Amino acid sequence: MSETKEALFSKKNRKLISDPLSDNNPVTIQVLGICSALAITVQLKAAFVMAISAGVVMCVANVIVSLMRNFIPSRIRIIVQLVVIAALVILVDQVLKAFVYDVSKQLSVFVGLIITNCIIMGRLEAFALANKPWKSFLDGLGNAFGYGWILIAVAFFRELLGAGTLFGYPVLEKLGLYDLGYENNGMMILPPMALVTVGVIIWIQRWKNRDLIES
Amino acid sequence: MQDLANIFIKSIFIDNMVFAYFLGMCSYLAVSKTVKTSVGMGAAVIFVLCVTVPTNYLLENYVLKEGALVWLGEGYANVDLSFLSFIMFIAVIASMVQLVEMIIEKFSPALYGSLGIFLPLIAVNCAILGGSLFMQERNYANITEATVFGLGSGIGWFLAIVGIAAIREKIRYSQVPAPLRGLGITFIITGLMGIAFMSFMGIKL
Repeated sequence: MSETKEALFSKKNRKLISDPLSDNNPVTIQVLGICSALAITVQLKAAFVMAISAGVVMCVANVIVSLMRNFIPSRIRIIVQLVVIAALVILVDQVLKAFVYDVSKQLSVFVGLIITNCIIMGRLEAFALANKPWKSFLDGLGNAFGYGWILIAVAFFRELLGAGTLFGYPVLEKLGLYDLGYENNGMMILPPMALVTVGVIIWIQRWKNRDLIES
Repeated sequence: MQDLANIFIKSIFIDNMVFAYFLGMCSYLAVSKTVKTSVGMGAAVIFVLCVTVPTNYLLENYVLKEGALVWLGEGYANVDLSFLSFIMFIAVIASMVQLVEMIIEKFSPALYGSLGIFLPLIAVNCAILGGSLFMQERNYANITEATVFGLGSGIGWFLAIVGIAAIREKIRYSQVPAPLRGLGITFIITGLMGIAFMSFMGIKL
């Protein structure tokens, strides 16, 4: 019964949220959910919407699967998880279409691809199947933030260097950089630079924290 | 015929799954340590795409699309089930993957062993679902075009993973800065390969 007495935000639970932010980041360390992290990071707005959508699906799916963990036969668990995720993604897709139609058009197939976002499946498999709902929720939340900040960081650099704007606001123009002869780097908008940007983030992270270096 | 050739070439090189849309990156990064396993993984993806894209094409055009159920009778002409497409597509994909897994286990236990956990994960490989969703978005005219698109995308993915696996085998003997080793350098090389593939963009067919 000692577990029920554990505080809602005990040290262990706080760790569940803070770990995925850096040392156990889903994108740069666990190598999950790369696909969407790269594809929709041309603009901050799209990245922001994507981070929130995927985060919501992740938290709710984690809780649902955690509630059902004792009833799911392990042989068919992947299909059960996919059905839970797909149902949630349909909801998110309909909400996006209703309220932010232009962003939903821009994200196109990538909303649907949240279903196959490996972070969600990975966390369900690795965590929600073995833990209680509250902990699973925190784990989902932590990973959603870890995923979100990488997404937003990549989008920040790509939009700033590639188009000179942030959330569509022409920052560099206001700063008067163009008058000094500065030009946007169109390369940053093209797909390959997303990979290089993430590569550089990984590089910096591992250079800061030597324990993460692969042998 | 020319249309088909056009779709085929375009889906392999110009709209390459990995370099233009980053689909299937998770397994692309995880299984590309040796050429041998990457060939097996690539072949499995080609096969699954060839099967699931046409199947989902039929599903989309005879069940899910608005007015697709008209063959059942006049009363069904206004039914629009397209909001169900995600869940139907993923169900088809999951069952097909199960089938492929059983076939590989039977005929090539060695390959089955080396693919390990990544075989069931083809079901959650974004390239597979992405193929079906792009098929839906681009409205291919008939099932042959959809099949050719599936085949082309699969081959494009195959080329990408075999290419990166070959480079990773070589790069093990190079002096890569320690923090960049492994994952980091793989990302940057993939970016460079993507730039190389972008040179196909100018081709008009």
